[in-house]
Amino acid sequence: MLLIPCPWCGPRDEAEFHYGGQAHVAYPENPAALSDEEWARYLFFRDNPKGRFAERWNHTAGCRRWFNAVRNTATNEIEAGEVTA
Amino acid sequence: MAERLSPLARFTPVSADDLRIAEIPFLTQINLRVDPKSRAAADIGVALGAPLPTEPGTCTSADADVLWMGPDEWLVVGARGHDLEATIRAAAGTAHVGITDVSAQRTVVAVDGPRSRDLLAHGCALDLHPRVFGPGRCAQTMLARAQVVLAAREDDGFRVFVRSSFAGYLADWLLDAAAEYLPEGTVTSR
Amino acid sequence: MTSRRMTGWQGETVRFRFDGRDYEGVRGDTLASALLANGVRTVAASPALGRPRGIYAAWTEEPNALVQVAAEPMLQATTVELRDGLDAHGLSGRGRLTDETDTARYDAVHAHCDVLVVGAGPAGLAAATVAAETGARVIIADDRPIAGGSLPDTAETVGGVAGAEWAAATLDALDGRPDIRVLRRTSVFGYYDDNYLVAVERRGEHAHSRERVWRIRARRVVLATGAHERPIAFAGNDRPGVMLAGSARAYANRHGVLPGDRAVVFTTNDSAYAAARDLAAAGVEIAAIVDTRATPSRGGDGVEILTGHVVTAVGGDDGVSSVTVSPSDGGAGREIEADLLLVSGGWSPLVHLFSQSGGDLRHDDGIGSFVPASARQAVEVAGAARGVFTLAGCLEDGAAAGARAAEAAGFRVEGTFEVPRTPDEDPAAPAEHLWLVPGADYSTHFVDLQRDVTVADVMRATGAGLRSVEHVKRYTTAGTAHDQGKLSGVLTSAVVGHALGLPLGDLGTTTFRAPYVPVGFATLAGRHRGALHDPVRTTSLHEWHVAYGAPFENVGQWKRPWYYPRAGEDMETAVLRECGAVRESVGAMDASTLGKIDVQGPDAAEFLDRIYTNMMSTLKVGAIRYGVMCRPDGMVFDDGTVIRLADDRFLVTTTTGNAAAVLDWMEEWLQTEWPGLRVYCTSVTEHWATVALAGPGSRDVLAGLAPGLAVDAASFPFMTWRDTEVAGLAARVCRISFSGELAYEINVNAWDGLALWEAVMGTGVVTPYGTETMHVLRAEKGYPIVGQDTDGTVTPADLGMDWVVSKKKPDFIGKRSFARADTSRPDRKHLVGLLPADPGRLLPEGAHLVETSTLPEPPVPTLGHVTSSYRSAVLGSTFALALVSGGRDRMGEVLYVPLGGEQVPVTVTSHILYDPEGARRDG
Repeated sequence: MLLIPCPWCGPRDEAEFHYGGQAHVAYPENPAALSDEEWARYLFFRDNPKGRFAERWNHTAGCRRWFNAVRNTATNEIEAGEVTA
Repeated sequence: MAERLSPLARFTPVSADDLRIAEIPFLTQINLRVDPKSRAAADIGVALGAPLPTEPGTCTSADADVLWMGPDEWLVVGARGHDLEATIRAAAGTAHVGITDVSAQRTVVAVDGPRSRDLLAHGCALDLHPRVFGPGRCAQTMLARAQVVLAAREDDGFRVFVRSSFAGYLADWLLDAAAEYLPEGTVTSR
Repeated sequence: MTSRRMTGWQGETVRFRFDGRDYEGVRGDTLASALLANGVRTVAASPALGRPRGIYAAWTEEPNALVQVAAEPMLQATTVELRDGLDAHGLSGRGRLTDETDTARYDAVHAHCDVLVVGAGPAGLAAATVAAETGARVIIADDRPIAGGSLPDTAETVGGVAGAEWAAATLDALDGRPDIRVLRRTSVFGYYDDNYLVAVERRGEHAHSRERVWRIRARRVVLATGAHERPIAFAGNDRPGVMLAGSARAYANRHGVLPGDRAVVFTTNDSAYAAARDLAAAGVEIAAIVDTRATPSRGGDGVEILTGHVVTAVGGDDGVSSVTVSPSDGGAGREIEADLLLVSGGWSPLVHLFSQSGGDLRHDDGIGSFVPASARQAVEVAGAARGVFTLAGCLEDGAAAGARAAEAAGFRVEGTFEVPRTPDEDPAAPAEHLWLVPGADYSTHFVDLQRDVTVADVMRATGAGLRSVEHVKRYTTAGTAHDQGKLSGVLTSAVVGHALGLPLGDLGTTTFRAPYVPVGFATLAGRHRGALHDPVRTTSLHEWHVAYGAPFENVGQWKRPWYYPRAGEDMETAVLRECGAVRESVGAMDASTLGKIDVQGPDAAEFLDRIYTNMMSTLKVGAIRYGVMCRPDGMVFDDGTVIRLADDRFLVTTTTGNAAAVLDWMEEWLQTEWPGLRVYCTSVTEHWATVALAGPGSRDVLAGLAPGLAVDAASFPFMTWRDTEVAGLAARVCRISFSGELAYEINVNAWDGLALWEAVMGTGVVTPYGTETMHVLRAEKGYPIVGQDTDGTVTPADLGMDWVVSKKKPDFIGKRSFARADTSRPDRKHLVGLLPADPGRLLPEGAHLVETSTLPEPPVPTLGHVTSSYRSAVLGSTFALALVSGGRDRMGEVLYVPLGGEQVPVTVTSHILYDPEGARRDG
């Protein structure tokens, strides 16, 4: 049971959160201008690194805020100072 | 007109010396969304008798209890029949705020007595030690398998705000766990 | 049978049964010590080979003596506390699951502390005492009924008193202090991320709950879990009467039981000498000490010591009757008469929890086993668990670990901990690390007693080319029994090393996983059993539905009334009657479970335009519009109605199952993509109770209940709403329909829900209907249910709802995907209707559709599947909705549903089977 540091509520049990996948995948400015391949890349392709990974979390059972955190996927450690509201 | 019916109207309260569980029905509850730095937030604080609490997980009590729910969200709780919505709306004026009457969305279960922390610890993963979660603290979290808003009061008292549809489940769960602290046979086993 | 209890041993008598015979033990016994006291040597049979097995150890590491106690299968006799009336049976490896319900209660508690100490032996007690003095919140958990770890086994003294006495007093002194929690009979069995540890407390049959799971979040952890004595693999090492030397010592000192009359001791190290000494003092004749080392480190107190010798054979079929010892370098053996063979291969630190925490292990050549190296979490290891094997050393090490842990948690250590006085110990001579006595035939050199795995089996694995201990474990099953290889794990690695000529340190261990000790599923379930297994969500009308005998349909966690059977009615009859009432007269349904979200703010209309596929900004205040929302991939995610309350305020309804998901979805876009939009969303699902009133008679019923409301079609048109009073209650009435009939949804404060419902029913003309009728009525009209007729691969166009996708809006979620080639493929699955050739034939939901009247050879190409299927009164036939490849181009085609060898013919029709022109919605 990870202890995930919600930037608002402080550390809470993993069970209070929903995972939001890779962070910093922005909705394209103008989807209509994208090729099918570019659009498919936005829809379906995500990184899957072993090690540091910036990802999104939502504190669903708490303040319902989304935030980003950098987690090491090999050790599950969430880097202090790398949690942003 | 027919009687109003609260979600736990059929719940038999627990009233032991060191543990008491009872519903506080029909409180007025307003969900408030507003930018905490805005003029409207300050004006609403004045109207409610205390500034909106901006420290996460805290609660203020003046004309109404104001519970921090998120960085721009509060639950304002007043007595039955208290027209808080009008008060807040008047204070907010034409500013961009979200004011929603949610009085029937959740009911409130009071858990009181020296055993209250022990009881809640059976289903709540938060550290409820008085030094960590003393009077004036509140949190949205899980109690058993229900989402709740938990508020700590003086004298080992807690207020558990639970969605009305989950209230029956949570009351059953509380009774089941409370049996750990009550003489055998006090609580009817289901 | 003669008692093997030491004379003068005091204790209250406890009566128990084993394998159908009555015995007596004393309070404080385990089942194993009581059996040994009664001379019972064979407790169980081995699972694969059926060999007799005795008691091999004295606590959780026991691999042999498995018993069944009542409904509980596979308990170790060494961990079962003796109690009056205990009725146990020996097992051959596998227990018997009962089909009776376990009526015991189980509990769970969350706990938090600054310092968690695991183990109340000398190191753990010292650590907890030091940490407690600093003011830190301390939990100390120990798995034994009495404190002291190995102290009651070794009878060493601490501070001038018996070690067990010192331990009990020290733990008692901690118990009851504020912010200190002492958990006895509590095994910490799992060590997870972020210092989250899980323990099981065995509270006993008398307690309110039999067992309790502790979920502990600790800032720092001190592991003082001790060490296990190692076995040695030699021929016949599984015979009843073969026992770990330290365990035999424990039976004598802890329980006053002599596990045999005449013993041979087989050792690689000094610790067995102390065991021999204690056993001799208790009355066991020590025939000889067989030491693998060339020179003994100490005298045998008059006992013959055979240096440089090993055990090469064990005589006796049902138990040890003799032991053959031979020089290590070969040469003639000698047979010694004995009924007990005590084995010590040295001691291995208990690194299980440390390893579970993510810590690295290293092989310690001095100890001959693995010890903690670098930690990944906030954990200290103290005492024998990290290879400190002297009593004084453990006390000092524990005190230091306790101080480090408290300081790391932010507490100040003031003063010094005075380590209690302990007797002088001779420095131990170097041990030899022998795991395996070489032999010609390894078929009775057991590695894992509980799995009947021998050295021969391991060599078969390495002979087959396996080199990893993880692979050997799976190939041989060594270490996979319910003792989780406590004794066999490292032994297996060592034997693999022997076979491959590799040092043990290079091979490492298999992965240590939770649970450290077996934990029952019921225990883990805790209070989440029976009615509390999962939350049951109910509406404010629930008790009425119960009183009227409605069975309930589970929709997510909600209980929704399914239908209301009258006397003598089955489901089919009741549903046909309810459907008839709505189509011909008037019915009412509890629609409170629909999700409701209040959307407010100056940009609310713009926001909804982006979230829904259709236009919401053009909706007039007072009006209602049906909407569909898609994921960015263009697939339908949810649908519902949107009502405009004001220029800057909407009320959105969602499907019952998706209420939370839709709110989360809206918040996600508002917070992460469109923070500039001034919109607030608030769930009001349970603030409102909703009663759907449907059927040609609904207008008259509403008029009667709401005298102030103009209900004629012109004053109150379809897809509009009015605030009014219904039955004297403040209400919002929406004219919407999910059945095609004239219909209204009446919303009141949930506290008033039952009053409204009773007023509706009080008119005497309204038939209550449940979800099944609702499903039939909507399906006759071809209204899809998201999640039933869709599955995340269905676009609005697939549902025949092109009209709900705006062509005007520059963008909305999903729009770009409608321009992908895939979403315009002609062979996409379309929602269609199906009419079986036999109007009485009800197709099962999920059934597949094929093109041909005879089933071709597999693989059979499927055209799609049935998503909804019902009997319809108005159609006079069964019917179904289905997703069919190119379905809209197949109207009138006959397809086939393969059902149990039969090809059931069906005709493809429009998904709108009833009232396609929409003539009924105005009544």
